Amino acid sequence: MIDAWWWPYVMIIFAGWIATDMWRWLGVLVGGGLREDSELLIWVRSVATALVAGVIAKLILFPSGILAETPVWLRIFAAVCGFSAFLATRQKVIVGVLAGEAVLIIGWLMLGGA
Amino acid sequence: MNLPGRVWFFRGSKAAISIPALILTAAFVGYAGLARESGLSLLETLLMTGLVWALPSIVVLTGAISSGMGLVPAAIAVALASVRLMPMTMALIPMVKVEGKTKRWQLLYISHFIAVTAWVHGMRNLPDLPREGRLPFFAGFGTALTSFVFCMTGVAYLLVERMPPMVAGALVLLTPVYFICSLWSAARLAADKAALLIGLVLGPFFYLVTPGLDLLWTGLAGGTLAYLITRYMRRGLL
Repeated sequence: MIDAWWWPYVMIIFAGWIATDMWRWLGVLVGGGLREDSELLIWVRSVATALVAGVIAKLILFPSGILAETPVWLRIFAAVCGFSAFLATRQKVIVGVLAGEAVLIIGWLMLGGA
Repeated sequence: MNLPGRVWFFRGSKAAISIPALILTAAFVGYAGLARESGLSLLETLLMTGLVWALPSIVVLTGAISSGMGLVPAAIAVALASVRLMPMTMALIPMVKVEGKTKRWQLLYISHFIAVTAWVHGMRNLPDLPREGRLPFFAGFGTALTSFVFCMTGVAYLLVERMPPMVAGALVLLTPVYFICSLWSAARLAADKAALLIGLVLGPFFYLVTPGLDLLWTGLAGGTLAYLITRYMRRGLL
């Protein structure tokens, strides 16, 4: 069955689409009853934000592909520089992103990487 | 000022032409290369992009298909990678809902676009809009963003042979730095900022302690901790 031409499509529909969208649908059903100023919603938002922050930290500490070849301290340093530049320029996101990238690339070149 | 919904939809689509959209496109261009290396066809790659629409879940599913994993274990792995979408949706829905007017199907439609990029943009920008305009604006933003990234993923699958390694690596770091900055500016309460900082620390910790369930624990433990600390601070008890 796993070799049939249609098998990947079954996987994509059930293990991909349904397995992902069911959480969004549940979120609509449960979230629709929450008041915007409720304590419960503040907690839900904290949980969602911490979750996304977890995704972010994993991207920096355990990246996939070629970025994994750079030292971890350089990646953390680049991210910290980017965030500091963002804070220093009255929260301009683009400045933060460019500063982080600049530090990464300069550091990478100085270490003789890639 | 009561603008019709289609005006807000159009404004939302226009707002999708943005730096975050470029960053997300870059991430999906990177994914197209991975999909091709994993032996996925163009049609499969595009179906996954459009139907799943959450990059971490797509990457998990790609690994599951290319390694011949069974349907049930693959569904569990993807479902675990996607649980985070539920609290994210729960947090966004009360913001766009107009009591007694918004229909359930409209909320289900926009919920499909909830993934980190659109969520962060929505949490940051929707509160500045009049309530009536928020849902059509987010629908326009999500529709335009998803359609554009969908097309670019197809183009990248067909065209991109190999990217210079340093460009590919730099593209990967774009996403986390962008997310940190925009989540910080989307934070309206001390709880949001505390959750961001605590999540950054707890994420890698739980990844090493309970891989697979790490994001769930990061969210529940980190979010609850951030909520409780700032709740006590609000009441002047700390």
